[in-house]
This record gives sequence, structure tokens and C-alpha cells, in this order.
Amino acid sequence: MNPVSSASSLDPHRLKQDFPVLQQESHGRPLVYLDNANTSQKPQCVIDAVSNFYAHNNANIHRGVYDLSMRATQAHENARGTIAKFIGASRPEEIIFVRGTTEAINLVAQTFVRSRVGAGDEILVTAMEHHSNIVPWQILCEQTGAVLQVAPINDAGEVILDAYREKLSEKTKFVAMTHVSNALGTVNPIAQMIALAHEKNIPVLIDGAQAAPHLPINVSELGCDFYAVSSHKMFGPTGVGALYGRFDLLDSMPPYQGGGDMIRSVTFEHTTYNDVPYKFEAGTPHIAGAIGFAAAAQYIVDIGYDKLLAYEEMLLDYATQALTAIPEIRIIGTAAEKVSVLSFVVDGVHPHDVGTILDQKGIAIRTGHHCAQPIMDRYDIPATVRASFALYNTKEDVDALAESLKSVMEVFR
Amino acid sequence: MDDLQDLYQQLILDHNKSPRNQGKLVDSNRQAQGYNPLCGDKLQVYLHVEDDIVKDISFEGSGCAISTASASLMTQSVKGKTVAQARAMFDSFHQMLTEDSASESDESALGKLVVFSGVCKYPARVKCATLAWHTINAALGDASEQVTTE
Ligand SMILES: Cc1ncc(COP(=O)(O)O)c(C=O)c1O
Repeated sequence: MNPVSSASSLDPHRLKQDFPVLQQESHGRPLVYLDNANTSQKPQCVIDAVSNFYAHNNANIHRGVYDLSMRATQAHENARGTIAKFIGASRPEEIIFVRGTTEAINLVAQTFVRSRVGAGDEILVTAMEHHSNIVPWQILCEQTGAVLQVAPINDAGEVILDAYREKLSEKTKFVAMTHVSNALGTVNPIAQMIALAHEKNIPVLIDGAQAAPHLPINVSELGCDFYAVSSHKMFGPTGVGALYGRFDLLDSMPPYQGGGDMIRSVTFEHTTYNDVPYKFEAGTPHIAGAIGFAAAAQYIVDIGYDKLLAYEEMLLDYATQALTAIPEIRIIGTAAEKVSVLSFVVDGVHPHDVGTILDQKGIAIRTGHHCAQPIMDRYDIPATVRASFALYNTKEDVDALAESLKSVMEVFR
Repeated sequence: MDDLQDLYQQLILDHNKSPRNQGKLVDSNRQAQGYNPLCGDKLQVYLHVEDDIVKDISFEGSGCAISTASASLMTQSVKGKTVAQARAMFDSFHQMLTEDSASESDESALGKLVVFSGVCKYPARVKCATLAWHTINAALGDASEQVTTE
């Protein structure tokens, strides 16, 4: 492979320069950050977007007649437009700013789905969901008497489509599933899975938290009813994310939280709600966060998903080969379609010990259940070590990982 | 590497590989379960206490090297001790890991357990080393519910 990349391919070394946090050492070595599925690092343009807002445009939104407030409002609404375009929504009003994927899912559970399910109805998820796409449904089931159903996965970590189809019954009132698994890296065939649910008129929410940093998203083409993303997983600030909802569905939904901004008029006798999307955005939102979020989306768009996909596929192959060459390592999650996430266990060494030793080598890596305990149970392991790569990770990072894993084997010889 | 050797001392690696007093204790009269939500480690400690003396002790469960070795060494250290002595050991052990330096007398009371003194340099791992001790502490107080390190 030619290390000097041509104009048509992504240059991770150059992109790494965009991320100030990556320019540091950890335990005397250059920091190798491989915990991107947990949260990604932020490029300078995102940091600038946030700090410029506070330095030059800060005011509350939707409330002031003065110039500064109007500028802030404009910047916030522009961010909504950018995110709408980024995920292929047909209009900006279909984007609700939330705290993140977790809040987006809770919002849909407690508004749209809660108003539609009763005792004995079913909500279908898959066996590879993050806790944030399990627990909100369990809470809803407790409230309504609905029942949570789970579509199983095979040993490779892929949803078994026949079993999924069978689980879609007359009783199924909603499907909520992840686009990409954070613990296994699996990319689900969601277009097909959405179509199967829609054949039975069942609305679908997609948890896109792990998809956005790796794959182009087009909610209109997918035809999904709801799609949730977190800014911090895709190089944006923490504390903000987006819920896409089809406009007619959003319009039919009761509000989520009550408060300022979500109302049109309030008296003690009666309150009328604001229009979509403001109806779902009670209180002062994370204005600077939304602006940083949009800057992050733009950063990815400017790089181009075509280059990103090609580069990350190469990196995943390279990393998979490097780890497969170590006999003590078993990769968990070997789906045919994967993003650059590698979960693994090391024979005879607990993931926690692996994590500590890698940390001493300057490698930041997640060990644990990755907020997906049911997956750990499925594979009968307490935890995994997970290397999750982003566009700034290089083959040298993979080499450092493989090298350090060999010293893990030395300590535990 | 030096730092890592402070943590993963030979005695720890040895007890991780071949833990002592592992398995269920048939005639236990006290037990407790410990749980570390951070890494998902679960640990069961069984005690046979008679005349205020820990006559027998065992543990069950799987965890990282630090928590397994700590449980294993704990069972060895506590066996035959009075309940009060066991509790005092818990206190000194806890102190050694959470305070900058253990006093001389503490260290002598701890015996072999001083191999864990390196753990205090790894704040993320202190809970691994103390899980077994929190669990025995709960069992001695005949609490039969689960304790967690959080
Ligand atoms: C697949 C998946 N869904 C949901 C979430 C929750 O995202 P957040 O914590 O940003 O709300 C995560 C984050 O780890 C995730 O990986």
C-alpha cells in the first residue's frame, strides 16, 4: 500500500491533524485512541463552531427581538437544516434536537408508541441492542402491559431474518432496532427489515448512533419512521443529538416534556402546543451543541462517505488480519457486513487486564459489556475488549495494538 | 513495563492461574454475593463461621486477574482468623489501596496481601482488588444481599 494517498483516497494522517486531542502522549507514547464507538474525538472546526458561537453569537433562541438573539436563532435553525440534509430528511421540521440517541428513543417510546400500545401488544427489538434501545421499551411495557419481543442473532452476530419475519405478528405494534451494533460492528440490512415491517404496517425506529460516523444515512430512501443519532459519536459535541421523525407522525404525536418553547399559549385553564418540531423541544436547548453537531456533519460530508467507506473497509480488513494472526485472540462478531469495530476476547486473560496493559502502552480501548449485556450473555462471556476505529486511525495504530497485545500475552505467559 | 510489573506481580499471576479455595463450600453458614457493575464481575463468598472463627472459606466466580487473585489470597489470609481480625484486615487492605501509603504496622498485618499495594497506582483497578473484601465484609455482617463496588 502506498502511504502517500492520492487525492481520491482518504489520508488519515492528515485528518488526524484536525483533532487536537490526538496530538498528545499517553504513558510516554503517542496516544492511540481506539474507543471511537464510545465517543469520537472532535476536529478543530467543531471546537471552533462551538466557541465562536459563545464568543460572538450567544443569546437565547426564539425569544428576542434583538439582533443577537435573531442571529443565535438563525444559527440554530441552520444547524437543523444541515442535519436534515445530512440524514436525508425531506424537511428541517422533521429533525428534533435531543440530548442524544437515548433521549430520542425515550421520546418516541413515551409519545408515539405509548399512545398506541396496550396490554398484550408487542414491541420488537433485536438481540444486539444497546441498553438504550432496550430499557425504554421495558419501561413502556411496564406502563402499558405490552410485551418485549427479541429477534435472535446467529453466531456471526447477524439478525436471523427468518426469525425476525416470524416475530412480526398481528400483535407487533412497533419495531426498534439498531442500524449498526456497537458491540459487534454488525451492519443490519435495515432497508429490508423496514420493508418487512411495513408490509404489516408496523412503524420502525432505527438506532443510528453507530452508523453515522461510518455510513451514509438516507432516511427517505430507507423509509424508516424514526431515526436517532448522537452528535458525539460522529465527531460533534456531547449532549446533543437528533431524532428524525416522519412529519405526519410527529404532527400526530403528543408532546414529550412540558415547558417553555414547546407552547404557543399558556393560561392556567388551557395550553396550546407549538408546531413540530418545537413542540418536542421544551426548554432552552443545547444551542452551541446543535451548531457544533452541524459542523461535525459538514466535516464528514466534506471528506465524503465514499472515501470514508473505502478507507475504513481497508482498515477493518487490516486490523482483522492483524488480530486473527494472534492465536489467543477470538473475534466476537464476524458478520459479513461490518463497520470498523472489532470486539474480541483473549484466551486466558480477562478483558479488564488487557485494557490496563494496553493503557500502559498508550492505547485507549474499551473493555466491558459495552452497554449490551444481553450480547455478552448470548456469547457466554462476561465482557470483551473492543477496538473501534474512526477516520483518523491509521495502520500504525493497528500495528501498535497488535504489538501491545503481544505484550499482554507476555505478562500472562 | 516496570509499572506493569508492580501491578501484575508473580504472586498475583500465580493465584489468578490457580486460585485457591475456589468453589462452593458445602457447610457454609454465611455467604454474600459481590458485583462490580463496571466490569460485570460477580463473586460469591462462602464462609463457615464457628465460635467467632472463620473455620472455612471459599469463593466462586470469574473475574480479572486482580479480582481473582485478590479473592484467592483473601481466602488464605482469613482462614482461621476471628471475625474481628478478618474485619481489621479488610480495613487495612482497603486503606492500603485507597490511601497514599499504608503505615508499617498495617503492612505487617497484611502479610502476603501487600502484593496488591501496586494497585493504588491504577485507580480504575482498585475496585477489582476490593470486590472480594467488600463481599466478605457483607457476609460477616450476615447480610445475604448483593453488595456492589459502586
Ligand atoms: C448502538 C447505540 N445506541 C445508543 C447509544 C446511546 O447513545 P447516547 O449515549 O449518545 O444517547 C449508543 C452509545 O453507546 C450506541 O452505541
